[in-house]
Amino acid sequence: MLIPHPLLGLRDAQEFTYLGDAALLNRPDGMAEGAAEAFNDYVYLRDNPAGVHRELWFHEQGDRSWLIVTRNTVTHEILGAELARDVALAAKGGAQ
Amino acid sequence: MRFSGFRVVKEALTGHKGWRPLWRNPAPQPAYDYVIVGGGGHGLSTAYHLAKVFKGSRIAVLEKGWLGSGNIGRNTTIIRSNYLLPGNEPFYEFSMKLWENMEQEFNFNAMVSQRGILNLIHTDAQRDAYRRRGNAMLLAGADAELLDRDGVRGMYPWLNFDNARFPIKGGLLQRRAGTARHDGVAWGYARGADLLGVDLIQNCEVTGFRIENGRVLGVETSRGYIGAKKVGVAVAGSSGRVMQMAGMRLPIESHVLQAFVSEGLKPVVDGVITFGAGHFYVSQSDKGGLVFGGDIDGYNSYAQRGNLPVIEDVAEGGMALMPAIGRARLLRAWGGIMDMSMDGSPIIDRTPIEGLYLNAGWCYGGFKATPASGYAFAQLLATDAPHPTASAYRLDRFARGYVIDEKGMGAQPNLH
Ligand SMILES: Cc1cc2nc3c(=O)[nH]c(=O)nc-3n(C[C@H](O)[C@H](O)[C@H](O)COP(=O)(O)OP(=O)(O)OC[C@H]3O[C@@H](n4cnc5c(N)ncnc54)[C@H](O)[C@@H]3O)c2cc1C
Repeated sequence: MLIPHPLLGLRDAQEFTYLGDAALLNRPDGMAEGAAEAFNDYVYLRDNPAGVHRELWFHEQGDRSWLIVTRNTVTHEILGAELARDVALAAKGGAQ
Repeated sequence: MRFSGFRVVKEALTGHKGWRPLWRNPAPQPAYDYVIVGGGGHGLSTAYHLAKVFKGSRIAVLEKGWLGSGNIGRNTTIIRSNYLLPGNEPFYEFSMKLWENMEQEFNFNAMVSQRGILNLIHTDAQRDAYRRRGNAMLLAGADAELLDRDGVRGMYPWLNFDNARFPIKGGLLQRRAGTARHDGVAWGYARGADLLGVDLIQNCEVTGFRIENGRVLGVETSRGYIGAKKVGVAVAGSSGRVMQMAGMRLPIESHVLQAFVSEGLKPVVDGVITFGAGHFYVSQSDKGGLVFGGDIDGYNSYAQRGNLPVIEDVAEGGMALMPAIGRARLLRAWGGIMDMSMDGSPIIDRTPIEGLYLNAGWCYGGFKATPASGYAFAQLLATDAPHPTASAYRLDRFARGYVIDEKGMGAQPNLH
């Protein structure tokens, strides 16, 4: 598999290590009501879809950036890649 | 139709005209007491034990493809009970004991061969860890022997003992471990279940559950609605997909595991060997092919095929351990979808939906569990109480903090 790194172009997936579902970016608030249950969901439960999956890959043998790769788990086709940092900042309403 | 040596001779002398199909091919009934979803090893073993041990009746197994089309027909056939943790080892030893009597019990040749498994040791720390594991095995009534370097050399003189980075320092040997013919196991349980009146329904995909007031009433399938008092799901790599139809998210990711077989060779590996410093293990089939594999590819997958980097990694492991393998040609490579759980251990439990039961999370090691998993799941379905050796395999153990993490990797399925 080749991952289209937004800064470095096509890179071999072997240069990356895999973490899992990109939902892991949304860490629950440990102080909020029901935090224990929210953390159980966050740490242990997964959607595990057959089809399009957004997932975290770490460019360990490269520029050490975290990417969100969109990939089809049935065909292994890679549909796109973004810097996880950009996605996380956009979710918070832009760079501060 | 019973199998025996006498029968084989008789058929040989009468032109093999007396052999019959091993099971019926019934149309689904409108309703059953028990519906088992998934006709892999675990589903078939569950149906067999439900009918045989727990005297259940009106049982159906629903399989979306043909019996044994999943992982039960794709694995590298290793059976063993060499686990460490108290939640696991008694269960796998129970399974090992069932393997030892299986063929006589269901009157089918599953080619169970207790040829031994040897886990190689390459460092002093690894020796300590394996000594501890061996002691845990002995405590659970299994067998274990710690071999020194000469002990290993006596068994497999052609291994690469003096690899500069990974010299072989010994091994943990379980002599009662070995291999079995994977298809034979599925067919044996299928035939045994059919003889006890279980309906094995193929080409019947479960597409939904009918659930009312928190209770399951039956399943929607590609062959129509089938009512059921109890539904047991044993669909291995498809667990996430199937349980999603019941509105559940699982502590499971699906990953692909590959395996390989070489051209047929003269007998050279008479047991199972695992490399302790890389991803490689090997045995030799009775046809002569070297059957070997390594680790999962490491990313979510439902593709039933993997990628080349892992093939390369496994081949490198093989070359490091047994350089002679470099002359053998690879015949086939394939993949299967693993239900990798968050702690690397399985789940055999009720679900929050009444009447719906789950058997899942077998990772890359569920073949050896086939007899005990079916037995324990049948006991749970029939009596609503867990089998004593499977009582730790609860679905809520993650929330409660009672994970069974053999490798100590945490909630990271691709590291188990
Ligand atoms: C390459 C490889 C090597 C392995 N090596 C070993 C080994 O050496 N030792 C070991 O112990 N384990 C090994 N395993 C693991 C072992 O094969 C599995 O853990 C085990 O087979 C899983 O249980 P099963 O047999 O019930 O699964 P499966 O045979 O996969 O059965 C599940 C069945 O459910 C069916 N199904 C799915 N969805 C539906 C639906 N919606 N409706 C109806 N039916 C459905 C599927 O078609 C399938 O037939 C290996 C696995 C692989 C892939």
